Amino acid sequence: MDPIHQFSLSKWLPLDVAGRDFSLTNSAFYMLLAVALVALLTIVCVDRNATVPGRAQSVAESLYEFIANMVRDAAGESGMKFFPLVFSLFMFILICNLIGFIPYTFTVTSHIVVTATLALIVFFTVLIVGFAKNGARFLKLFVPSGVPIAVLPLVVLIEVISFLTRPISHSVRLFANMLAGHILLKVFGGFVVLMLGLKGFGALTALLPFAATVAFMALELLVAVLQAYVFAMLTCMYLNDALHPGH
Amino acid sequence: MAAETLNTELSHEASGHAVFPPFESRTFSSQLLWLAISFGLLYYLMSKVALPRIAAVLEKRRLTIASQLDDAAVMQAKAKDASDAQDKSIADAKTNAQALAQRARDTLAAESDAGRKTLEAELEGKLAAAEATIADTTAKAMANVDSIATEAAHAIVERLTGKAAGADVVASAIAATKQS
Repeated sequence: MDPIHQFSLSKWLPLDVAGRDFSLTNSAFYMLLAVALVALLTIVCVDRNATVPGRAQSVAESLYEFIANMVRDAAGESGMKFFPLVFSLFMFILICNLIGFIPYTFTVTSHIVVTATLALIVFFTVLIVGFAKNGARFLKLFVPSGVPIAVLPLVVLIEVISFLTRPISHSVRLFANMLAGHILLKVFGGFVVLMLGLKGFGALTALLPFAATVAFMALELLVAVLQAYVFAMLTCMYLNDALHPGH
Repeated sequence: MAAETLNTELSHEASGHAVFPPFESRTFSSQLLWLAISFGLLYYLMSKVALPRIAAVLEKRRLTIASQLDDAAVMQAKAKDASDAQDKSIADAKTNAQALAQRARDTLAAESDAGRKTLEAELEGKLAAAEATIADTTAKAMANVDSIATEAAHAIVERLTGKAAGADVVASAIAATKQS
């Protein structure tokens, strides 16, 4: 009944290295499962010689083209270098989010350390690529053109802060959405169980939270897909800044 | 829920009070390690295997479709040529047939014209012959009329007068009557 319990990690294979815990946990298992499922969909299900794709292959190809178009639209043709990164991020987050819908599973993306790591991968990629490709010109990202000189320092300060807080907003958005969604579902699910325990016609009131749970389930499904999309989309936009820093 | 109670709960493990699991820093090292392993593996698989493969499949399909469209265009051009040739031969045949029909019509018309002309000539000949016969017969008949009139006149004169009339008188009388 504890809505927080679903987020706790359990050690499935304890492993301690130099006093640090590296155990294979439920979280690690579902990360690996997500990788296996993505590999299944995009490698095993894709027949190299299929002129007419099968069902699973169509899905894989649609996802490929969807993400490829997204990268191309947001970051240009030169952004296609980062297509594997964006595709991996999108698929990993999407599958992790969707696995979380299955009862008794664990939602990897409901942990801030995971989403923050993914966001930091993007952040440092942007930083490294931005300076490697543009050198000092990358700093133009913080100096929007056409701003009066009087307010420029303030604008630059805001731009720098907004750039540095990107990984926070990037990661917290996903983390909070998944966390809140799962808590919500668990709370309403708990109401169903509690109300079913009522005597006589009282048990019928369980229908209300049950209906709410069904509705939230649909909403959360949307959120799960949407957050994966938003994460990938923002990654593309940040990469675009690294490749084309002039506003 | 039974399975979960069997497992060691990291958040409840050392300290007595429960920490909100996503903020339990002692689980971070494990999560980071396995995230690095799994995401690294995923990135490797995607960039080295999956995406190049899908790209190759899509490119191959694009080429196949393009070449088949080209083939189809060639076939279509061929079909159009064939249909043009067919149309032309039909038109030629039609012209030929029309010419043939015209010639046949002309021949038939000439033949029937000639036939008609000979028939007309024949008929005219027959008509002329018939007319000549009629004229002949009329002349003969007219001659007979003279002799009949003479005989009749002789007989009438004899009956009336009791004596024969002079032949020259009767002849002149008849001639005078015919004159009038």
